[in-house]
Amino acid sequence: MNLKLKIWRQDTSDGSGQFKHYEINNVSPDSSFLEMLDMLNEQLVESGDQSVAFDSDCREGVCGMCSLTINGIPHGGHQGTTTCQLHMRSFSDGQTITIEPFRAKSFPVLRDLVVDRGGFDEIIQAGGFITCRTGSAQDANEIPIPKPLADDAFDFAACIGCGACVAACKNASAMLFTGAKIAHLNSLPQGKAEKDRRTLSMVSKMDEAGFGNCRNYGECSAVCPKEIPLDVIAKMNRDFAVASVKGFISK
Amino acid sequence: MALSGLILAGFVFVHMLGNLQLFLGQEALNSYAYKLQSIPAVLWGFRAFLLLATVTHVLTAISLVRENRAARPKPNAEEKFIQATFASRGMGLTGALLFAFIVFHVLHYTVRITHPEYQDMHYILEKNGKEVQVHDVFTMMVSGFTEKWISGTYIVCMAMLCLHLTHGVSSLFQTIGIRNTAWKSRLDGLAIAYGWTVFIGFVSVPMAVLMGVINLPG
Repeated sequence: MNLKLKIWRQDTSDGSGQFKHYEINNVSPDSSFLEMLDMLNEQLVESGDQSVAFDSDCREGVCGMCSLTINGIPHGGHQGTTTCQLHMRSFSDGQTITIEPFRAKSFPVLRDLVVDRGGFDEIIQAGGFITCRTGSAQDANEIPIPKPLADDAFDFAACIGCGACVAACKNASAMLFTGAKIAHLNSLPQGKAEKDRRTLSMVSKMDEAGFGNCRNYGECSAVCPKEIPLDVIAKMNRDFAVASVKGFISK
Repeated sequence: MALSGLILAGFVFVHMLGNLQLFLGQEALNSYAYKLQSIPAVLWGFRAFLLLATVTHVLTAISLVRENRAARPKPNAEEKFIQATFASRGMGLTGALLFAFIVFHVLHYTVRITHPEYQDMHYILEKNGKEVQVHDVFTMMVSGFTEKWISGTYIVCMAMLCLHLTHGVSSLFQTIGIRNTAWKSRLDGLAIAYGWTVFIGFVSVPMAVLMGVINLPG
């Protein structure tokens, strides 16, 4: 396959960037999108140019490191997959592919296609701890958890924190991410003790980090590689309302 | 946003039911209108409540949009929507048009500044054996909608209201936290039915006037 690439290049985090055009030939349709970028980088380095910086780690869709908005859609538009799971057979020969970093004020570009998703770490940190006994291992079935609840919590916990939800949202809202983390821990008995405090502090950190507000477009869930449902946002809103009212009454 | 929206969405439905009394005839409509307006404390209390809801809705919308623009200063070179509905994307536009419409609508039929002749329309109602002179809302509505540009603008604005409600009514359940995957499709259906009911209810009045089903008395 021969392809034309339109890639965002930016040298420093405070500088401004621009699109640059590249051509790449003889790409195997069976190679992954990131392997195609590796090929491009080898080509650039051989010709003495600066390689394109992009994030990747496990390359099997579980680590949440790869990003990229491809032709306007984070992770390239295949349902339930990350960029590293995208293959070149999804594109046609001679096609122009636009590759951009995840765009949001809270995700500043560090270089080219690499953005700083540290805002997510701050939200996680604001969530704090859950109460559980450490030391001697407790009996596996000591806390009964209904199967449907365990399944839901597991589905919410599947969030890999890649940030595609923020990038897909026209308002750069992090509510799907924060909702997934809140819904995961608030659903389980182990996380119940800190439920209100966790919800209030994660939501306030999310606002503080400069993420936008939900307008119920549903784009976040549509691009989510782990298919986190919009339910988590409703649950977060509900838990937030309950925690706020409780906080108000107990003052 | 959601709570003020809930109040306003509820109001438009009741307003629509009120308008539909036009089909019951001049006396029924005028007597209903008189009932609504006969206790000044209730009337002005309700007006203040609605004004508060409207102002809250507009101000929260403005602050929401400002925060959202700040959160995403640079758009993608290619902006794509995957599943966002037409109605959800047009909330700002339909909302702004509706606000302009509401201002005109109040000046037109409530303050009656655009058509001062409406002030002189009176009707005699029988109340407990006494005759009371009330405002002739029936004649005012019919003569208002006889003007084609007013009817036309009204119908277009009601279509905007329909769109606005089809997103808003389902969305407010999400915001107050009582929606999940199973209920999303049902609530989306409810919102669409609600929007269309309100649209058909409101639009039936100018349509009836334009088609000559309802005529000026006498």
